Amino acid sequence: MQAQSMALSSSHPLAGTIAAWMWLLPVLPLLGFVINGALCLRARARVGPADPDMVHGEHDASVAASEHSSHDSHVAPPFRSLVSLIGPGVMLLSFLLAAAMFFAMRGVDMSTPFIQRYWSWMPVGDLKVDFAFQLDQLSMVMVLIITGVGTLIHVFSVGYMRDDPGYARFFAYLNLFVFFMLLLVLGANYPILFVGWEGVGLCSYLLIGFWFLDKANADAGKKAFIVNRIGDVGVLIAMFLIFANLGTLDFTGVAASAGSMPFGGALVTTICLFLFLGCTGKSAQLPLYVWLPDAMAGPTPVSALIHAATMVTAGVYLIVRSSFLFSMSPVACITVSVVGAITALFAATIAIKQWDIKKVLAYSTISQLGYMFVGVGVGAYSAGIFHLATHAFFKALLFLGAGSVIYAMHAAYHHSGSHEDAQDMRNMGGMRKSMPVTWVLMWIATLAISGIPPFAGFFSKDSILGSVYEHADNSVLGGATWLGMSGHTVLLAVYAIGLAAAFLTAVYMTRMMLYTFHGTSRASDDEQKHMHEAPWVMTGPLVVLGALSLFGGWLNLPAITSFLGPVGGLDHWLDPVVGSATRAITNGVALETAHSTEAALIGAAIVIAVLGIAVAFLALKPSSLVPKAQSPAEHGFEKVLADKYYVDEAYDAAIVRPTYELSRNVLWRGLDAGIIDNLFVNGSAALARGLGWLGARAQTGSTGVYAWAIVIGAIVVLSAFSFR
Amino acid sequence: MLAESLGLSAILFVIGVIGVLTRRNAIIIFMCVELMLNAVNLTFVALSRYYGMGGQVFVLFVMTVAAAEAAVGLAIIISIFRHKQTVDLRNINVLKG
Repeated sequence: MQAQSMALSSSHPLAGTIAAWMWLLPVLPLLGFVINGALCLRARARVGPADPDMVHGEHDASVAASEHSSHDSHVAPPFRSLVSLIGPGVMLLSFLLAAAMFFAMRGVDMSTPFIQRYWSWMPVGDLKVDFAFQLDQLSMVMVLIITGVGTLIHVFSVGYMRDDPGYARFFAYLNLFVFFMLLLVLGANYPILFVGWEGVGLCSYLLIGFWFLDKANADAGKKAFIVNRIGDVGVLIAMFLIFANLGTLDFTGVAASAGSMPFGGALVTTICLFLFLGCTGKSAQLPLYVWLPDAMAGPTPVSALIHAATMVTAGVYLIVRSSFLFSMSPVACITVSVVGAITALFAATIAIKQWDIKKVLAYSTISQLGYMFVGVGVGAYSAGIFHLATHAFFKALLFLGAGSVIYAMHAAYHHSGSHEDAQDMRNMGGMRKSMPVTWVLMWIATLAISGIPPFAGFFSKDSILGSVYEHADNSVLGGATWLGMSGHTVLLAVYAIGLAAAFLTAVYMTRMMLYTFHGTSRASDDEQKHMHEAPWVMTGPLVVLGALSLFGGWLNLPAITSFLGPVGGLDHWLDPVVGSATRAITNGVALETAHSTEAALIGAAIVIAVLGIAVAFLALKPSSLVPKAQSPAEHGFEKVLADKYYVDEAYDAAIVRPTYELSRNVLWRGLDAGIIDNLFVNGSAALARGLGWLGARAQTGSTGVYAWAIVIGAIVVLSAFSFR
Repeated sequence: MLAESLGLSAILFVIGVIGVLTRRNAIIIFMCVELMLNAVNLTFVALSRYYGMGGQVFVLFVMTVAAAEAAVGLAIIISIFRHKQTVDLRNINVLKG
């Protein structure tokens, strides 16, 4: 098997090209992590002995200003210029390398993945796991998104984190994150993917709790970490099942032998559902989405890179990577799309009543991830990846734009000495006057996410919803039964839910724009004077992302818009990876949608989006808003939405409290303190002491008693020998 | 002849045991122990008629050890008497748990 693959890789068309350097892709960010991390430790060592409180004092400034400390301290963080060079620098090199590889791949005709084995990692009995990277069309797309969007966000961070004392630490973590993310998408087998999967979880934890002196931030980090562990157990079990039944964990090996399992059988369905459990954790789907809104406690560039553009899409990647398994289980596929659709609608309703600008975007991310799962669930893998890419563009733009807004608000509050919430939209308003560039770019992203043509989100969302509608009629999913319902009905319901969520998306995004940028400012005149556009190092990346949000749709134009350019670019590009799985779901035929149907679907999507924006403009009155401190309490269903359906409270009551009580009363007081400490540890000591006490009683000091004991003992022994 | 010899030595031995168990005076207990030793000596001698000279050799060893033991034992008893002005074992029970 191995020799065969070796032969395969050496005769691969990419062998000998720049693609052979793919190990350098993750190694560059790792190098950045090592250097930045060393600088961070060096900076601490240098101030350490002179000022032992520095380690603690370092963060106080950040905590005081909650979101950033940029203006509080005018002392530049140590090694700032060196870190600013290395942090984004390694990312840019990685991106350029990835781009060169992309062009090398375009130049050759490749139908099999390019696999490079570096060393044997886990040779244990029948289990042979190599440390190997796999470059194919799918991982290429992911690498380009990660390094491309990642570079822009790194550059933005140079401005955003400018005066944070933990500057070097921040870039070290961010580089480490990119390293693990690249490991995740480049790994040639499930274990390497899992190492990356866990690694990005670790970096997410470190960066959510970046300002860890504030307990709420540290708690948010822990919550993300623990909730993700629940999902990771699913991935582990799926890996065990795959190995136990197929005997390999390599993607190519599993793909080749997956056919040995019965189609739609319990085994493949179980594997897929366990994989999907992992996805619900990492990609924040029902029921494990609760960590993502809290993850907004991290710095805003982190929210943009990790909790919107890259890490949370790892679940979508995992399903597309495992498409050869999912396409064999209609039940699992429908489950994925139903969960995705319900999550999309559920999160969108919550987003409508949030006041924190980052919370709106967090719920919007959950909702858009739901769309991606709807897409990959119905077997439209390239549509899912398409939405993943466009979402990375416009959501990164939205988060970074929100970061600029918060930055301006902080600058204003710093001058006025106010301690208001700089992220609450009720305290904003009318910011288009002070930040025109950000305003325009944010509108581009808003139109993109709402699905207004010709912005990127329109094409990707339409391609997902269109596929759902098509697959309800012409696929194995439509003919399957799911929980007693026909797949056809379920998929049509998913389509309807998707449209409803699209409507809500347009409403809540327009609401966010209206409340933040339009109307009159709810800040004081003095504060308004100090709000201004962020420096170019921050606005520059926004402009690039704005262009990508505007033209991202050209990656994969639908057939009906052939007048705009070549159609289905991404579909064709990903065909070698997911084509067979896609065709397995559509009964072996490539679906050719009738133009009239496609036009109707697109028309419906546009009408819904325009309606949503119009409703928001008509129904919402930014002028009626008052600052947060004077806002009245909400009532009725509005309060239920603002309080996020009380899901956190319900989890707290149903899971966290019982677990806590169980740990405290049964495991700690009962098992640990009671049985282990008392019974085993103290008990054995008491037993020895008791026996010793009994033995001591026998030693009376009276010789007569001893003599009697000897005589009786002798008699007993002798009679035992005599009467044997 | 053997039966009588063994019977006599058994009676002597039991008298010695009863003395050790019932008396309180260290000197008398000591003498009873000697009595037990000599009862055993008598058994050795009686049996040596049937089983060879080994028994008589053993008797010589026992007498040697008994003489040494008597020297040490009496010295201990004298030392205890100097300490406590008594050799009654009921009063000598310091060594206990």
